[in-house]
Amino acid sequence: MSLIKRKTIGEAVFDIINNLGMLLICFVTLYPIWYVLINAFNDGKDAMLGGIYWWPRVFSLENFKAVFDNPGITTAMLLTVAKTLVGVGAHVFFTAMVAYAFSRRELIFGRFYIFLGTITMIFSGGLIPTYLLIRDLHMLDTFAVFIIPVLFSFFDLIIFMTFFREIPDGLDEAARIDGANDWTILLRIVLPVSMPVIATIALFHGVYQWNDYFAGIIYINKESLQPIQTFLYRVVAQSSSNIMTTALQGSAVTKTVTSQSVKLATMVVTTLPIVFAYPFLQRYFVKGMMIGSIKG
Amino acid sequence: MEMQKSTPPTAMIDSNISPPTARQKWLKKLVSQRHIQIMALLGIAWMIIFNYIPMYGVIIAFKDYDIIRTISEAPWVGLEHFKEFLSDENFGYVMKNTLGISLIKLMTFPLPIIFALFLNEVRILRFKRAIQTISYLPHFLSWVVLGGILATWLSDVGIINDILMALHLIDQPISYLAEPKYFWTIVITSDIWKELGWSAIIYLAAITGISPEMYEAATIDGAGRFQKMWYVTLPAIKGTISILFILAVSGVLNSNFDQILVLRNSLNDSASNVIDYYVYYTGISQGRYSFSAAIGLFKSVIALTLLLIANQVSKKLNDTSLF
Repeated sequence: MSLIKRKTIGEAVFDIINNLGMLLICFVTLYPIWYVLINAFNDGKDAMLGGIYWWPRVFSLENFKAVFDNPGITTAMLLTVAKTLVGVGAHVFFTAMVAYAFSRRELIFGRFYIFLGTITMIFSGGLIPTYLLIRDLHMLDTFAVFIIPVLFSFFDLIIFMTFFREIPDGLDEAARIDGANDWTILLRIVLPVSMPVIATIALFHGVYQWNDYFAGIIYINKESLQPIQTFLYRVVAQSSSNIMTTALQGSAVTKTVTSQSVKLATMVVTTLPIVFAYPFLQRYFVKGMMIGSIKG
Repeated sequence: MEMQKSTPPTAMIDSNISPPTARQKWLKKLVSQRHIQIMALLGIAWMIIFNYIPMYGVIIAFKDYDIIRTISEAPWVGLEHFKEFLSDENFGYVMKNTLGISLIKLMTFPLPIIFALFLNEVRILRFKRAIQTISYLPHFLSWVVLGGILATWLSDVGIINDILMALHLIDQPISYLAEPKYFWTIVITSDIWKELGWSAIIYLAAITGISPEMYEAATIDGAGRFQKMWYVTLPAIKGTISILFILAVSGVLNSNFDQILVLRNSLNDSASNVIDYYVYYTGISQGRYSFSAAIGLFKSVIALTLLLIANQVSKKLNDTSLF
C-alpha cells in the first residue's frame, strides 16, 4: 500500500527547520512562565538587582511564606477555591439538568424552549443592564453573585444535549419499567454515562471561575469576598504596590521580600492549581472543543 | 388530532366511553412528563431573569434612567444618548482604538492555521504531542497573571530593557506600559502568545480528519511538503476556516476586555481606551447608566451587522455559513 519513502535532502532540511521552529515556539511559550517562577523563588531584595535569567541566584522560600502568612491573600485563595468548587458543581448540574429535559424529543414546547435559548446566544443586555439587575436582586457583595449569574450557559447546554441524544434509548427502559422517574434516571443513569462531557464542561467552567477577576471588581466591595484574581488585579494593573505593602504589614518576613517578589509568588500560587490539573484534563478539553466545534 | 385512530381500551373505560379529545390527550402527556417540564422550566426561568430582563433593560439607552426611579418610570429621551456619544470628545479615539486593535487582531487570524499546518508536518509523534500540550498552556493562564508577567518583563528593570540595553539598541530603559505608542503592539503580541496553540486545536482536529490516501496520491504525483500543505491540507480545512472567520469578524469589536482592563492605565489611555472600557468607565465608575447602555447597544448593533455581512459573504464565496 504505502510507498517505501526515502527522504530526499529537501525533505530532511524541511524537517530540521520545522522542528527547530517548533522548539523555538515551545521556548517562547515556556520561558516567560519560567522567568516568573525563578524570580519568585529568589530572594526578593536580591532580585531587585535584576539579571536572573535561568536559575534563582539566591534561592528563597520567603516570598511564598509571605504569601501564606498574609491573611488577605489566604482569604482570597480560600474564597476562590470555594467559588470554583461550588460554581462548577452548580453549573454542571443545573446545565446538565436543563439539557437533559431539552434533549428529550417528546418534550412539549421543546422547540420553543430551544428557540428562547438560541436568542440568548445572539443578543445580550450588556454590562450595565446586567449590573442593574444584579443590584436589584440584592446580590452585590454576596457569595451568590459568583455562582447564580453563571449557573447556566446555553452554549454548554448544546454540548450536553448533543451528547445526551447519542445515548442509546434502551439504556433507561429497564429503570422506567421499575417505575423510576426522570430525576432518578438523570442522576443514576444519564449523568454517570456522561462523564467525558461533564469533565469538559467542568474544566471550562472551573478555569473560568478560577481565572475570573471581573465579577470581583464590579460586584464586590467587601474585602472578605475578593477572589484571588481580583486581589492580584488590584496589585498588578493598578500597579499599586502600596496594596501589597499594606497587605505585607504584620507579616514577619518583611526583611528579604519585596512587594514585587511577593506579587510574583502570588502569581505562581494562583497559577499552580491549573498547571497541575492541566495534564490530567487535557484529553477531555480537546474532545470538548471538538464537540463544540461540530456544532459551530 | 387523529381521534378516529384506535383508542387503547383502558382509555375507553377511563373517559366513560367517549374517546378522549386532543386536549385531554395533550394534558395527559403534559402531566406524564411533568418532571422534565420542571427541569426545562427551571432553565427557562433562569434565562428570563438573567438573559431576558437585561435585554429589556437595554431600553434605558433610550431613557433618562437614574437610581431614584425604576426603569419603566424613567422618561423617554429617544436617541439623545447616542447623539451624545457620537459628539463625545472621546468618541474619535475610542473608536480608533477599538477598530485598530480589532482589525490587527483579525489580521493575525491566519497564524493559528499556519501553526497547525506546520505542526501537522512534525513527524515524531511524541514531539508533536509535547508541542501541542505546551502550546495550549498559556490559554489557561488568567489575563491578570499574564498582565503581571508583562508588567515584570516590560518594567524599567525588566528583561526586555536588559536585552535592548545590552544590544545597545537603547541607552535609557523605557517604561513600555506607560507609553501609548507601545500599547497596541503589547496587546497584539500577548494575545498571540496566549491563544496561538489553543486556536489551532480546531484546525488540527479538522486536519486529522483528512484521509491519508489524499497525501499518498499527492506523493505519487510528485508533490513536495509545501505543495501538499497548499493543495491537500489547506483546501480540506477550508470549511472550518470559513466558520471560524465569520465568528472572528462578528467578534471584532470585542476587544478582549479582560486583557485591556489589565494592561491599561491612565498613562496609556490614549491608545488603550476601547468601547468596552468606555462602557465600563462611564457606567460603573461614573454611574451614567443610560449613556453607558447606549454605547453598549451601539457596539452590539455594529457587531450584529458585521456578523450578518460576514455570513452572507462566506455563503456567496464558498457555500459555508453559520445560518
